[in-house]
Amino acid sequence: MSGIVLPRRQLIARAGGLVAAAGALPLLSGCDAINEAPAVRKILSMGEEMHRASQRALTDRDALAREFTRADLSPVFRPNGTRLPEGEAYAAHAARGFADWRVAVTGLVARPLSLSMADIRAMPQRSQITRHDCVEGWSAIGEWTGVQLSRVLAAAGLKDSARYIVFRCADRIGDADYYESCDLVDALHPQTILAWALNRQLLPIANGAPLRLRIERQLGYKHAKYLSAIEAVASLDGIGAGKGGYWEDRVDYEWYAGI
Amino acid sequence: MTDLPPAMPPVRVYRHRLPTRLWHWLNALTLLVLLMSGLMIFNAHPRLYWGQYGANHDRAWLEIGSTRDAGYLRVGSWKVDTTGVLGRWTDGEGATQRWAFPSWATIPTRYSLADGRRWHLSFAWLLAIALTLYMLWTAFGGHLAKDLHVRRGEWAPRHIWRDIKDHARLRFPAGEAAARYNILQKLSYIGVIFVVLPLMIFTGLAMSPGFNATAPWLIDLFGGRQSARSIHFIAAWALVAFFLVHIAMVLLAGPVNEVRSMITGWFRLPPAKGERA
Repeated sequence: MSGIVLPRRQLIARAGGLVAAAGALPLLSGCDAINEAPAVRKILSMGEEMHRASQRALTDRDALAREFTRADLSPVFRPNGTRLPEGEAYAAHAARGFADWRVAVTGLVARPLSLSMADIRAMPQRSQITRHDCVEGWSAIGEWTGVQLSRVLAAAGLKDSARYIVFRCADRIGDADYYESCDLVDALHPQTILAWALNRQLLPIANGAPLRLRIERQLGYKHAKYLSAIEAVASLDGIGAGKGGYWEDRVDYEWYAGI
Repeated sequence: MTDLPPAMPPVRVYRHRLPTRLWHWLNALTLLVLLMSGLMIFNAHPRLYWGQYGANHDRAWLEIGSTRDAGYLRVGSWKVDTTGVLGRWTDGEGATQRWAFPSWATIPTRYSLADGRRWHLSFAWLLAIALTLYMLWTAFGGHLAKDLHVRRGEWAPRHIWRDIKDHARLRFPAGEAAARYNILQKLSYIGVIFVVLPLMIFTGLAMSPGFNATAPWLIDLFGGRQSARSIHFIAAWALVAFFLVHIAMVLLAGPVNEVRSMITGWFRLPPAKGERA
């Protein structure tokens, strides 16, 4: 969940025309007007689609992200995004050590589930030492332990009509809950896990306690923290603003964050 | 008066073929957008590292930052005050900003990592596709053999040294010699087309976590993702340096003739000594 992006953008976008006209630097404002033009944004979004399509088409869909050794770990694994979800409900869960935390698995599944942290830890576990790449440019290496998402989805019985997996989070930024989504290629990838431990310790709150997604071939903001629900859907329409994630909806981050 | 020979008409040569002209101008635009959107992306985390990882708690070899009332650039242990340009500057509305690069240098002008990435990742396609086509044309369309190929005699240190001295004294080739690239031109064009631009593309790709999974050898080649990011940054400034020298040479060698030749292809040969009436 890396992304310190000012949520002022929409406001600025609306005022953009006025600012551009009144700007002290007409040339630069002209550039910004180009940046805001819907047709330009549409063309620019083709670049993302080309990256996604070419990576899916030309690269091995099951290729594993590099796994490191403990000698390679970052001395400090930097948290980013929400570091402490607001609200009494989360605070109460944290005070009880997340003993009553549940993760709902719903949507296009044959057997909806409600998993406790004990249920999740009772399933077969995977540990992986991987590099976390923030969209901002920094990287940190950490050791993650958790259950493969594919096992959870298999237990729930993913229906054939499911195309995407949506991850609901307990943290709210501004006026909306954080959420993310991915396609089934990444959802069923062996390194995509629901992690409850970082560097062999229980996941710290700043890093997403009690449970976060690890989706190792994409950038940090896809790795949803404070997971409360997992939903299988046929389409991302109607979820949030329909772009598949909190930052995607708000500032136009790429939905496919493999680049 | 009547004794003087009649003025010789200027000799024109067809110097730049269409692919070169098209690629030149497309590339000029593409690189400008990539540089300015790249500086926006850098603003999101204005620190560079060597190795696989690197974040705020790790030692950065390069950093642009600010103290309470000054901006600075730090490279290793060398630190320089950059107030007004880098790290701390005043925007068009008079407000103090603390982003690394100022708004006149970035796309878009206001901070938006998301929009900077949109421009950067889209124009990266233009750069890569156009460069690939141009490399193929250069290699197989005769550009390499005809224009860029360094002849045996040109490799001689004495020849190279003389060309360096000629450039330093702003003594430019005239007559027949001006129709061909000199050794420094050849080396810099070859360096940009076959070394620096591919390096930009591959260090850029090496930062893609998706591509890393498929091609871990690429990231190993650069010594880790953060090293790739550092090399990407350094190579970008190498291109800026090339651009500055390139523009200086165009201005000194005759800007109208040079720019016209890159538009129409036709270059007017500067008269050789003795030809001047």
